[in-house]
Amino acid sequence: MLYAALTVRENVVLAARLYGVSDVRAATERALHHMRVLDRGDALVRALSRGLQQRVSIARALVHEPRVLLLDEPYTGLDALGAAALTDTLARLRGDGGTMVLVTHNIAQGLAVATHAAVMHGGRVLRLVRRDDLDSANYADEYRELVGGAA
Amino acid sequence: MRPTLLSSTWVIARKDLAIEFRTRTAFLAVLVFAVLGVAVFYFAWDATAVAALDLAPGVLWVIFTFSGLLSLQRSFGVEQAERAMDGLLLSPIDREAIFLGKALANLLFVAGIQLVTIPAVALLYNLSLGRPLLILFGVALLAAVGLVAIGTLFSAMASNTRLAELLLPMLSLPFFVPVVYGAAQATSTLLAGRPSQEAWPFLKLLIAFDLVFLVACTLAFPYTLEE
Repeated sequence: MLYAALTVRENVVLAARLYGVSDVRAATERALHHMRVLDRGDALVRALSRGLQQRVSIARALVHEPRVLLLDEPYTGLDALGAAALTDTLARLRGDGGTMVLVTHNIAQGLAVATHAAVMHGGRVLRLVRRDDLDSANYADEYRELVGGAA
Repeated sequence: MRPTLLSSTWVIARKDLAIEFRTRTAFLAVLVFAVLGVAVFYFAWDATAVAALDLAPGVLWVIFTFSGLLSLQRSFGVEQAERAMDGLLLSPIDREAIFLGKALANLLFVAGIQLVTIPAVALLYNLSLGRPLLILFGVALLAAVGLVAIGTLFSAMASNTRLAELLLPMLSLPFFVPVVYGAAQATSTLLAGRPSQEAWPFLKLLIAFDLVFLVACTLAFPYTLEE
């Protein structure tokens, strides 16, 4: 949802204005800083790699600090730095009381920010547990067993 | 805080103008088209058969109509890449603001083309513009409001189809007729050096169509976004 002909900063400023953010400049700089793309603020989006564009997209989506976030495979296309930035940002949003529904096939990344984990298959929730109650080491095996059994 | 209709309209218009300013491709392409069109009409013109004053208004409005259509093609094209339109629709702004913002950007775009085309026509057809020049720019701007309102609406409708380039003129041209008629008649009156009061009935027609089309297209726009 980015405009390739605009700069990174212009894209995020646009989103902030569309959402009526009161201090557009501060919110934009904060979002870019959290996604670690502040140094690329004046670069045109079309000049960025796919991974960096993904980070800008996430900065754009978070600039108005939404209380509810729906994230569908947000780690796709991110490099290690981008993935770490996203995990930190999501953890901060969660800490601030935000609600997130994160869909991912990467169990480790999902568990890093989750308070609850659900396994879905064929549109049905097969298992829903609190993050603190599950065994991270064996969760991948449990997931495969559940999905394999349901298939 | 939810942005007002006025502020979100300006945000959308500014975004479109920034994209156009950054790329400049559409403006230059349409400008070249307009100037070439004027030149083609000039070379096809038999000055002994048709007087410049009789031909110039028609040339001017044919060029404005088709260069306007060309410029409106790209209006919603920029929203197709990376599904940017979804980003606008997800935001809390009124859908009418998307239309008005795009129409405003298109109006400034078309006005820029008119700013170059009118002197070009005056130069080639040896028209003395003097006093009527300002009124002529006013007529052009009034007509542009109507053309842009209709064109922006149909550009939104056509952008999701495979035949957008064909569909936009097919849908728009019939609705352009009353606007172009009023504008061409007013232009003809002014260029002939007749009192500007004689152009007033055509200007009233233009204002009436502008108001009707602007309101109707703004209200109809949200329905074009429904799948």
